[in-house]
Amino acid sequence: MPIDAALPMEDAAPAPGPPRPAIYRHRASTRLWHWVNAVTIIIMIGSGLTILNAHPHLYWGAYGANYDHAWLHTPRWPGFLTIPGHYNLAIARRWHLLFALVLGFGLLSYMIVSVVNRHFQRDLRVRAKELSARHLWHDLKEHLAFRFHDAANPGAYNIFQKLSYVLVVFGLIPTMIFTGLAMSPAMDAAWPWLLDLFGGRQSARSIHFIAASGLVVFIIVHLTLVILAGAWNEVRSMVTGRWTVPDEEEA
Amino acid sequence: MSGILTRRALITGGAASAGLLLSGCDQVAQVPAFRKILLSGDAMNQGLQRALSDRAALAPEFSEAQMSPRFRVNGTHKPVNPAYDALLAENFASYRLQVGGLVDRPLALSLAQIRGIPARTQITRHDCVEGWSAIGKWHGPLLGTILKAAGVRSSARYVVFTCADLMDGKPYYESIDLIDAFHPQTIMAWALNGHALSVGHGAPLRLRVERQLGYKHAKYVMKIDAVASLAGIGLGKGGYWEDHVDYDWYAGI
Repeated sequence: MPIDAALPMEDAAPAPGPPRPAIYRHRASTRLWHWVNAVTIIIMIGSGLTILNAHPHLYWGAYGANYDHAWLHTPRWPGFLTIPGHYNLAIARRWHLLFALVLGFGLLSYMIVSVVNRHFQRDLRVRAKELSARHLWHDLKEHLAFRFHDAANPGAYNIFQKLSYVLVVFGLIPTMIFTGLAMSPAMDAAWPWLLDLFGGRQSARSIHFIAASGLVVFIIVHLTLVILAGAWNEVRSMVTGRWTVPDEEEA
Repeated sequence: MSGILTRRALITGGAASAGLLLSGCDQVAQVPAFRKILLSGDAMNQGLQRALSDRAALAPEFSEAQMSPRFRVNGTHKPVNPAYDALLAENFASYRLQVGGLVDRPLALSLAQIRGIPARTQITRHDCVEGWSAIGKWHGPLLGTILKAAGVRSSARYVVFTCADLMDGKPYYESIDLIDAFHPQTIMAWALNGHALSVGHGAPLRLRVERQLGYKHAKYVMKIDAVASLAGIGLGKGGYWEDHVDYDWYAGI
């Protein structure tokens, strides 16, 4: 990744020594998708919890209702977590099904752009040597020491970053979209393979919940690491694209 | 700005903005211009689904072994309506399904006549808007057969079902378009799992429109009207739930 000329850091307190270099780390398409998703995912989780409150039982298989065996009874999600803030299934569905289009077509657009501009190939491609036990162990130790960047190549994602982004972009979000579609009676008629893929509508609904829980875990870990890696620098880089290479001594 | 302050500010700021977003959604949903966008998702999803799917695509059908052991009753368990009580007391002997509106030959069909029409039997999944599903075996004539017998005029666009259960003193009603009305799995069911419909499941006659959610499957159907527009019927949004709590008219998703 090219290292741009050092940027003056007007918004930070004057640091002793020479200014640290800044690199152009996130392209506009990545930044746009990130913030659209940040809003969309909160709306999807909030409205999804209202929809779950309508029937807080999860089943496996094609059918599942009150007399059938549920593998999980979810708690009642409180109003401060749900959209809307009071129970209204109709309005929650309006939010959920409108922003589902933003999530689905947003992901599709981002994927196309990221293949064309080689973001996926350059930044997310997992190389075999990165999966060696030695490399994983080394990166894990670095994480535990709160060092997240390779000093020789600071713009590159570390292997755990790559794996988690790959899991979210190619695993969890597509799973959310396709299990969501599998719950649509009209889509089940149009694309019956959706049901074969997930093992029935109620299984798809359960997997939708599990994948959503996975996204919640990702969001928590992601935000925690943003804070540990230097919140101001990380957030600013996702707004302007420019990221200051952290001082390893401090980190 | 010290690192700790930044972290604190960001955590607080992040949590506050997520909270604001959650509560802000309720405020935004009240703004007329945004509400219009929010409610337009219905038509967008309908357009997309219709574009992606064959109009005649069939809902999945199941074997007897895959049926729900017990098919729960939902919504109205028994209409509170003296006229319905009278029909029920005589086992629907004087029940007549009225078929009218934009048709050439209005019909009044007795239950015996309806049971005499060649019927379809289908084991399908009923999906409630709340999230649960139940699989049952439905039996009854195609709605298309009845509509063809009545001679639906080319000016008709929708079919409206008026029911015996009263909501706030007015009959429950629902509507579908002609694509779903003439779909080969859209039937007027008079039996579930081999028995005449129970009161809870919509006796004597209910709609099955298999590619949409449960609230579209009107129970206790008394009258079927072919219409050119949904304006002027109820509050104009095509159904009781659509009128009163903003449920989507197109419930294919």
